[in-house]
Amino acid sequence: MSSDFFIPDPEGHVPSTEGYFGAFGGRFIPEALVAAVEEVAAEYEKAKADPSFAAELNDLMVNYTGRPSALTEVPRFAEHAGGARIFLKREDLNHTGSHKINNVLGQALLTKRMGKTRVIAETGAGQHGVATATACALFGLDCTVYMGEIDTERQALNVARMRMLGAEVIAVKSGSRTLKDAINEAFRDWVANVDHTHYLFGTVAGPHPFPALVRDFHRVIGVEARRQLLERTGRLPDAAIACVGGGSNAIGLFHAFLPDTDVRLIGCEPGGHGITTGEHAATLTAGTPGILHGSRSYVLQDADGQITEPYSISAGLDYPGIGPEHAYLKDIGRAEYRAVTDDEAMRALRLLSRTEGVIPAIESAHALAGALRVGQELGEDGLLLVNLSGRGDKDMDTAARYFGLYDSDPADPTDRPDQPDQTRQAERAGQSETNPERVK
Amino acid sequence: MSGNIELLSQVLATAKTEGRAALVGYLPAGFPTVDGGVRAIRAMVEGGCDIIEVGLPHSDPVLDGPVIQTADDIALRGGVKISDVMDTIREVHTATGAPVLCMTYWNPVDRYGVERFAADLAAAGGAGCILPDLPVEESEVWRKAAELHGLATVFVVAPSSRDDRLARITAAGSGFVYAASLMGVTGTRESVGRQAQDLVERTRTTTELPVCVGLGVSNPEQAAEVAGFADGVIVGSAFVKRLLDAPDLESGLTAVSALAGDLAKGVRKRA
Repeated sequence: MSSDFFIPDPEGHVPSTEGYFGAFGGRFIPEALVAAVEEVAAEYEKAKADPSFAAELNDLMVNYTGRPSALTEVPRFAEHAGGARIFLKREDLNHTGSHKINNVLGQALLTKRMGKTRVIAETGAGQHGVATATACALFGLDCTVYMGEIDTERQALNVARMRMLGAEVIAVKSGSRTLKDAINEAFRDWVANVDHTHYLFGTVAGPHPFPALVRDFHRVIGVEARRQLLERTGRLPDAAIACVGGGSNAIGLFHAFLPDTDVRLIGCEPGGHGITTGEHAATLTAGTPGILHGSRSYVLQDADGQITEPYSISAGLDYPGIGPEHAYLKDIGRAEYRAVTDDEAMRALRLLSRTEGVIPAIESAHALAGALRVGQELGEDGLLLVNLSGRGDKDMDTAARYFGLYDSDPADPTDRPDQPDQTRQAERAGQSETNPERVK
Repeated sequence: MSGNIELLSQVLATAKTEGRAALVGYLPAGFPTVDGGVRAIRAMVEGGCDIIEVGLPHSDPVLDGPVIQTADDIALRGGVKISDVMDTIREVHTATGAPVLCMTYWNPVDRYGVERFAADLAAAGGAGCILPDLPVEESEVWRKAAELHGLATVFVVAPSSRDDRLARITAAGSGFVYAASLMGVTGTRESVGRQAQDLVERTRTTTELPVCVGLGVSNPEQAAEVAGFADGVIVGSAFVKRLLDAPDLESGLTAVSALAGDLAKGVRKRA
């Protein structure tokens, strides 16, 4: 296997020089930030052309992150998916426990190259915040992480991790007190401190060049998985499946398969309590084109252009926007996006834990739930690749409350996940509740 | 019906011939209520504001500090709609004759429809728009609509704007140029730094448009200082704070009017 892990998009066809993927993307930012964003774009172009940048990043990916990440077949889990073969790309095994470290190390190197001494970041589930705090400890940078107050409560373990690593964590109390509001607060900080601060943006959204830059640092996920799957099975998957909040792990998985038009690319959005309830964060399923956090994409909004409050049991997916390249892939029909409810995701989380000994993050469990459905559609000949974007340690409090796992909780009568038929029935029931639409 | 860009230019020119800076006051529509907001803005004009900016409250005001965030939140919880913002502009302009600009983030305009927004703003008697998160590169669609409907497009320039960008921005703008006094979000500051004057001087080398300074100005002394080098002084958060701190609307209106009066003296003192 090649030792190159920094693999920027070789196609170069998207985005345009103005940062557009079709009708989506661009740069909608205050004048005060234009110079800083242009500096990031220019520094990234210089870094791409500098072999020492790739060498340094590759070395970190191997000797610090632990790349390549494993590809694990999960046959006992797959019994519940119509008999299709399922392979998991194990981004949960990266240092810090998720895919987020891929992008963070790349941007931390850019921060050093720009001569900036302070980093700010937003975080939802805390995985991007933990990765950023980690890189700042490694490189000796000051670090401030903004996190919605609700998320600091439901992801308390990650707050402690960030503080252990020396970062300042600020609980954001405005708006819906989740990821969207953390990003608002990070932008406010950046405008005031831009001369010495880099905003280490955590997903493939935001103003140009962030959607392309963050994607490039995550392309390694799909490039590795494609090669590993070919080595193991001799063929490409029928579908590559990932969860989408802002969309960084999904674009990282999808991108290497874009030219493989027989490979379906399926993004699983947070369906919350169901699309019809209005309590969800399924931006591509239920949103409309608009501008949020610096770029044009799909957003959840009302008729007056006010952003509506999203909901998901998963803090990392609880976001009313989506990266512009996903909006583009949806509109050209190259990728499809489906909503997965809280309940479906939680059942998939427990199923993978009990059948394979792998506890996934609630975010990644949305992709697993999607795979259970797609597998049943494809039948026994199906081959699925699922991105396991993060591990579930941080979610144990949420999961314990959901399933009643604490000693003080009543026992869960449905606690029998090793019986495929029963679980399949539950899956089907979940589907009819949410009436998910496949977007084409 | 054409918008009031000419009126805006006349008011700025009159202030200049009087040897003073114009006073520009900002309040969001719908705060504390739609009717209360109209009364508060009228009190700003009666107290001495020459030009009015009516804010369109937004769910995600990324360029605003806590004071205006709180006001936007109150307005949105009260159910304020874009139609209420247009009504506010119409009522204030009709009652006072002052030029009224709309200050809004871009997404509400984009969602409402650019052409429709410009047409409705002009029909309400508006003089133009300030769009703080719409950079000049993305502004062509709006500028065409604004020109068609007789509306000014006021761009914001910042201390970080390089000279080549300043020239590009001011060439695309109309009405006046909004110079941000500092790098940061809205809110009151202890002092308005030297970088505001530097920015105004750099901006003037690129344009004949009046240059007004905002961000951080809250008291008559600062107004006088800024009036020494700028064509207009923009005050927002200090007015919002008067209303937030008041025990009831009536005393809030009195405080708003009094602040406008003090600031109006300030812009005539020129430090």
